[in-house]
Amino acid sequence: MSEPESAAAWPPAGCALVTGGSRGIGAAVALALAADGWPVAVNYNAGAQAAGEVVAAIEQAGGRAVAVQGDVADPQAPERVFAQAEEQLGAPVLALVNNAGITRDNLAPSLADEEWDAVIATNLSGAFRFTRRALKGMMRARTGRIVNIASVSALRANAGQSNYGAAKAGLIQFTRTVAVEVARRGVTVNAVAPGFIATDMTSALIGPDLLAAIPARRAGSTEEVAACVRFLVSRQASYVTGAVLTVDGGLGA
Amino acid sequence: MSAVTKEQVQERVVEALASFGPDAGDITPESTFEELDIDSLDLVELAQIVEDEYGVVLKGEDMKELKTVGEAVELITERAN
Ligand SMILES: NC(=O)c1ccc[n+]([C@@H]2O[C@H](COP(=O)([O-])OP(=O)(O)OC[C@H]3O[C@@H](n4cnc5c(N)ncnc54)[C@H](OP(=O)(O)O)[C@@H]3O)[C@@H](O)[C@H]2O)c1
Repeated sequence: MSEPESAAAWPPAGCALVTGGSRGIGAAVALALAADGWPVAVNYNAGAQAAGEVVAAIEQAGGRAVAVQGDVADPQAPERVFAQAEEQLGAPVLALVNNAGITRDNLAPSLADEEWDAVIATNLSGAFRFTRRALKGMMRARTGRIVNIASVSALRANAGQSNYGAAKAGLIQFTRTVAVEVARRGVTVNAVAPGFIATDMTSALIGPDLLAAIPARRAGSTEEVAACVRFLVSRQASYVTGAVLTVDGGLGA
Repeated sequence: MSAVTKEQVQERVVEALASFGPDAGDITPESTFEELDIDSLDLVELAQIVEDEYGVVLKGEDMKELKTVGEAVELITERAN
């Protein structure tokens, strides 16, 4: 049986990897984990400059970070991204936040194969392959934290998002199942399900009608999501696994 | 790759299995994984260690066939050479 986490140093001798850490929620998560003392690998796909800015902000605050390019939908990406992150930060990945995600909204009757496939490949298959790769080191280290960024769209139907909702619902059940498989190795696997958060992803959607439907009457901030991820990655969350934490201003309640 | 001896593999496998719980002294070639309380997750981890160390890929099907420590050592040694 693994030691209670309270007995060990925290953060453990590892680094954190945030996929899609260059903008939006991922960038806020990278900053929050760095503030907790984790060296952070900031993964991005196209936004090298934005990722560089996140790294610079972390360094300015006294933390350590590197930017690592990789398309999470590419099956070869995990090996390369992990190798680079672990080499440059000099420690195994012991915290993984699967945050990279895209939307390709369309009503199901007119949803194109490419729209379906891209969303499943990025939001679901990518998280699976990064998780599989991360578990190698975490199981050996007998400790680890995996947080998957799902969505309220996984829990409540959102017309136009059958692909996205299916991918995120799949991600939640993947989270729960893996949590059960690896719990006895001291590795926790949880999901965070944000509602409407003000980022590039939602900038075209957030208007008066939408805000009126949210009990809190406002969109959430990336920091409010990052705070939840930060908790799930913390030492204090050592007994929380297989959970889905909604951060949605009451939208899904 | 230089040849790996059965003794080397045996030593590494015992070390890995001991890290999953049982006392190294209780692990003999005849011990079954069941007796040692080595479960499927432990075997997955053993397969990863073996892959990293000897470049031998053990698939789920291979692992399912294995009942004793000796059988695992035989298979790994055979594939490694
Ligand atoms: N915003 C919301 O209201 C909301 C609500 C629920 C759930 N979520 C989820 O939260 C996560 C982050 O969303 P966000 O709003 O922060 O999105 P965002 O502002 O659009 O940022 C997306 C991030 O993911 C990266 N990314 C996209 N595709 C990638 C790929 N194939 N490989 C690697 N990185 C990739 C982007 O990097 P590049 O710029 O380099 O491509 C960027 O850093 C997503 O999983 C999203 O589904 C968001």
